Amino acid sequence: MRALTWHGKHDVRVETHPDPEIVNPRDAIIEVTSTAICGSDLHLYDGVIPGLLAGDILGHEFMGRVVETGPKSTLKKGQRVVVPFTISCGHCFFCERQQYSACDNSNPAEKQDLSEPLYGHAMSGLFGYSHLTGGYPGGQAEYVRVPFSDIGPIVIPDGLDDDQVLFLSDILPTGWMAAENAGIEEGDTVAVWGCGPVGLFAIQSALLMGAGKVIAIDEYPTRLALARKLGAEVIDFKRTRVLEALMEMSGGLGPDAVIDAVGMEAHGMMPDTIMDNMKQRVGIGADSAHALREAIMAVRKGGRVSIPGVYGGFLDKFPLGALMEKGLTVRTGQTHVQRYTEDLLRRIGEGEIDTTFLISHRLPLEDAARGYENFRFNQNEWTKVVLKPGTEVAQ
Amino acid sequence: MPLYRSARRGPDPQTLALLAGAGAAAGIAALALSQSRHNRVGFRPGDDAPGRTARSGLQEARPQTGRTITINRPRAELFAFWRDFANLAHFMEAVEHVTVAGDVSRWTIAAPLGRKVTLETRIIEEVPDRLIAWRSTDASEIRAEGAVTFRDAPAGRGTEVEAVVSYVPPYGELGRLVAKVFRQEPAIQGRHELRRFKMLMEAGEIATSRNRKS
Repeated sequence: MRALTWHGKHDVRVETHPDPEIVNPRDAIIEVTSTAICGSDLHLYDGVIPGLLAGDILGHEFMGRVVETGPKSTLKKGQRVVVPFTISCGHCFFCERQQYSACDNSNPAEKQDLSEPLYGHAMSGLFGYSHLTGGYPGGQAEYVRVPFSDIGPIVIPDGLDDDQVLFLSDILPTGWMAAENAGIEEGDTVAVWGCGPVGLFAIQSALLMGAGKVIAIDEYPTRLALARKLGAEVIDFKRTRVLEALMEMSGGLGPDAVIDAVGMEAHGMMPDTIMDNMKQRVGIGADSAHALREAIMAVRKGGRVSIPGVYGGFLDKFPLGALMEKGLTVRTGQTHVQRYTEDLLRRIGEGEIDTTFLISHRLPLEDAARGYENFRFNQNEWTKVVLKPGTEVAQ
Repeated sequence: MPLYRSARRGPDPQTLALLAGAGAAAGIAALALSQSRHNRVGFRPGDDAPGRTARSGLQEARPQTGRTITINRPRAELFAFWRDFANLAHFMEAVEHVTVAGDVSRWTIAAPLGRKVTLETRIIEEVPDRLIAWRSTDASEIRAEGAVTFRDAPAGRGTEVEAVVSYVPPYGELGRLVAKVFRQEPAIQGRHELRRFKMLMEAGEIATSRNRKS
């Protein structure tokens, strides 16, 4: 099969790999029809997350047709499914509490040794996202082996096309959980840092949950325009003093809840001792925690801080005083995708949620490297890239 | 030396900040030192933590390693699976096969550098659904003893399984180091085996990111 593989910083290639097979009883093999490049794939692309090996297949937002099933899979050949990026066994302490992204059993035993010293507890398995999260081959490929296929994949009814449902795999539930973590009450003012895919879906979700006003913060005109179209007021941080503006736009009270949909790329999963070097090398470190610090400063006393943005390591100059003195509540975490897919699929089917507005580019899988390059370096125009294996490169 | 030089030119802010910073650091260090002296005690009674978690220097003479894991299954089911030693090869990767004759079991174990080691053990204590303890016999190539205990986890969370092994590594300390390098040291292996046991019992299979059977 053909698959997008990682070889180093800003070096991804489409190569030929052996087709996957059923290995465990609960496995299924999916023939991928649509697969997206995620903002968090750019952390891998930039080489700031360790634990990747040259030749690893990337991709964790994908859907397709079931072509093979293990004896304990509940899927049927021919079904169309969206696959959550979180791999979850469905039966451990965490899965039973619907904390699917904390699954104890999906990261292979010996690979759990990589994240346990870093976080105190081992991470669960994720598709295509370094060996810290299991080293599972990802979905930017023609075929994927999906473990625990009776728990994760959600079957898509006829009549909904790929572009409408693909984002159930990650960014739609991630935006939804970000808004849920903000504990929104009727009429709340909510500020969202970052109008990438997760930020935009968080805006949409916050309004659906009853927010009275959502204020979106970014620098790219196209992304701010998308936020405005969803119903948000916008702040361009390149022209406006954000803290002051937020106070003025919330009656001097401050936003009731804040959502950091930026994350901190430069901090990767590194020990703190080499963090500063890392920051300098990547060249964006000094600003990269800025969104979270600013969000904590901006939120009203007793307010809520939701962090869907990806953080990997350690943070310095963290405004812990503001957090404690203002009595803030912080909620965060990798998305418990399986908890949300059914409800969100229903809302898509009923026309309440549309996700297709986000897609700026559709490319054949063979063109994936170009997709990465532009998604990384032309963020204004390239808001979301969907790869379509099986389609031909335009001449 | 006066802190000011003239009415027009005071010490520059950077120098002041540096001095203040250095002062604060020295103050914190002094405070920490005095606190640690203050907190020093002559006699330290035992606490409730397992002995293997003691700080180095307070460890007992015999190297002991162990780990506890919570498995979301009933105690009796886990005990029964473990007690049938032939089952252990399902999740203990280093164990090639086990033959059982009464209370004595012979384990063929893969060791570093392609060697094979035979471990012969005898059950020295067994409490149904709670405990299996074993010790190597004189015929064994490795001297070791161990126990696995099964306790009800609180609030219906299943079972806490604790496996403890103490052993004398082949070829002494050097042998232990070699084993560690090859990730075949009992502490590492035990950790992996408990995780695989948990996967098998909870998820019905052992997670792998391999894309093909071989």
